[in-house]
Amino acid sequence: MSAVRTPRTDSPEAPAAPLDTTSAWSRWANHHRKWLFAAPAMAFVAVLIIFPVAWTGYLSLTDAEGSVRAESEFIGVQNYLDVLTDTDRFWPAVWRTVLFTGVVLFFEVVLGMAIALLLWRPFRGEKWVRVAILLPLVATPVAVGMMWRLIFDPNIGMANQLLGWIGIGPQPWLAGQHSALPTTMFIDIWQWTPMVVLILLAGLTSLSDEPQEAARIDGASSWQRFRHVTLPLLMPTVIVAILLRGIDALKTFDILYATKGRGGGSFHEVETLNVYAYGLSFDYNDYGVSSTVLIIFFLIIIGVMWALTYRKKGLGR
Amino acid sequence: MSLTACGGGDGGGDSKTVRVTLVNHVWTENIKKALPEFEKQSGLKVDVTQLGEDQLSDQYNVKLNAGADDLDVMMYRPLQEGKLFGKNKYLADLSEKAKADSAFEVGDFQAGPMQATTYEDKIVGLPIITEQEVLYYRKDLLTKSGFTAPPKTLDELKAQAAKVEADNPGVAGFVARTGKAAAVTQFSSFLFSFGGDFVDSSGKATVNTEQAKQAYAYYGGLLRDHGPENISTDMSWSEAMAIFTQGKAAFYTEANSLYKNATDPTKSKVVDTVGFAPFPAGPAGSKPYNIPSWALGVNDSSENKDNAWKFIQWAAGKEQSLAQQTAGVPGARTSVWANPASTATLPKDLAEANAASTANGVGHDRPLVVKVAQAREIVGQPIVDAITGKDAAASADTANAAFQKFLDDEAK
Repeated sequence: MSAVRTPRTDSPEAPAAPLDTTSAWSRWANHHRKWLFAAPAMAFVAVLIIFPVAWTGYLSLTDAEGSVRAESEFIGVQNYLDVLTDTDRFWPAVWRTVLFTGVVLFFEVVLGMAIALLLWRPFRGEKWVRVAILLPLVATPVAVGMMWRLIFDPNIGMANQLLGWIGIGPQPWLAGQHSALPTTMFIDIWQWTPMVVLILLAGLTSLSDEPQEAARIDGASSWQRFRHVTLPLLMPTVIVAILLRGIDALKTFDILYATKGRGGGSFHEVETLNVYAYGLSFDYNDYGVSSTVLIIFFLIIIGVMWALTYRKKGLGR
Repeated sequence: MSLTACGGGDGGGDSKTVRVTLVNHVWTENIKKALPEFEKQSGLKVDVTQLGEDQLSDQYNVKLNAGADDLDVMMYRPLQEGKLFGKNKYLADLSEKAKADSAFEVGDFQAGPMQATTYEDKIVGLPIITEQEVLYYRKDLLTKSGFTAPPKTLDELKAQAAKVEADNPGVAGFVARTGKAAAVTQFSSFLFSFGGDFVDSSGKATVNTEQAKQAYAYYGGLLRDHGPENISTDMSWSEAMAIFTQGKAAFYTEANSLYKNATDPTKSKVVDTVGFAPFPAGPAGSKPYNIPSWALGVNDSSENKDNAWKFIQWAAGKEQSLAQQTAGVPGARTSVWANPASTATLPKDLAEANAASTANGVGHDRPLVVKVAQAREIVGQPIVDAITGKDAAASADTANAAFQKFLDDEAK
């Protein structure tokens, strides 16, 4: 960034006077303009991100419950010790969060890649296929959850009726203690694979054709071209897709809440960290413990983000 | 902060707009229709926010925690949130206003419901809706199986459910709520009728007494053996009611306030064949709950308390209470119950069931604690364990230990 510019003096109509009459404030503002322009955004971040996180951090060190306005005692890291040794709700929730994220991410990226590759080259009716594939993306997750809840209702839902027509017995879907989590994963994959398709398709269309042609001339098969040419070139985009979807999947809430309600079901079968923290706040009014879970969750997300962006930078080199 | 001086905005002070938060309920639909009459009478404008039960609860949690003053009148659940709100001083003391108005006659409210809306001797709410648990059943299926009357005891209920189920493939003998927390309120009548309760008179947890274990085993067993084929453990009233109104169950125990779902032709396929009966008697008799499910209170941070009270005076007054009860929403006013016109529009058997439940009823349907949601999850665990075929007695022992710890923590 350059310092104050000298006014042009090559024209007789442009006098040097304005520089001399510039007020001290203008000069100061000119010197610090990068901070001045950034100030509104920084204030926004401070008010809407730093303050809530700091407040949550403070609450996590207290025994706040019932009401955050009620008196609470500073209890140090006691909540952290309690939460990190809780094998009844906390660790199962961590495991479910990791499992949910890992599984949906894997399927969304693999399916997303496959669909993006199919849509890459022009074909008849391409526009309609693209619209159809993107439809789940535009629906609200709560509405999607409620729709699938109806479809998967074990007694009056459409899914079991369809299975019945092809001679398969009714499945418990969301109602089953062990089938509920895979069913919610399916719903997430159904809704969010299109987003991955969208990102990867954008990446694919921006790739240059030359390496592909060179590989084709060298006699590489489709798979070889994908494996050794397309995929490496597309890797930075894939990482972006993983980053965006990964963070979203980690903090999935709407679909789980809309399908299994508070607590993630009677056996907490779909209770992830987000659902658990929500229950601690809104059902139990345990603001101290809830804040602790959220801070730990926040650190996990930062860790994952850091790892993924580090990997992306490595690929960019 | 008041904006009145600046021209009477909606911000507070003695604003002419009363902001009322109500839950999705038949009562709310009725009151909304009557609102123009109140607005004309009082010169006030009523701004209604209507939410689902969970969303209402979440909104209170956020707004009251933040000390927001943009809620004036709050429709709340005395047994669910009453103690929490009272303890946190979220509800304004209405004692003086309520007692000062002789036409409003606060003494006309039934004692049990009033007790639930009183915190530390202060009236913090006025009960508007009461609920009793009754038995919904299918008259046609009973006749087909040779029964001339609905079951009077829990043993008969089990026997009739088994017979009807056997005679009608694809129809469950019995349906009821199965969600861990959701089922607790409806399970409570079974618990009381077996002679149990959640806590004893000294405040000790009693969900593992012999009576409680029998009640858990009975409720869970009935759903497991004679419930819908693919039973889930997440059903609240809407799912259970859907199964019943789709004609897929013979018996259903539920709050009477939901009866219109079964008798409304747009919602139910069993309109012509649905019957109502008092809650069947267990070893300790027929002891359904009889509770104040909803009340109106005033946000203590509101700066429009006088006008908020005017709304409550009207909405919980004698005239509106009679109109509501006539329209099928049971209230808490003695004078209204004494008026035959208030129940004349109900199905005859439902009116009789209501009367029986009101006479024998127990005043609570969940543990009366501050953190009710957490307590419901603890005492509800044996219900879902029984439904899924686990050892209900062992689960009741575990639940009792957890519940006692919960009570001890809350007493600290």
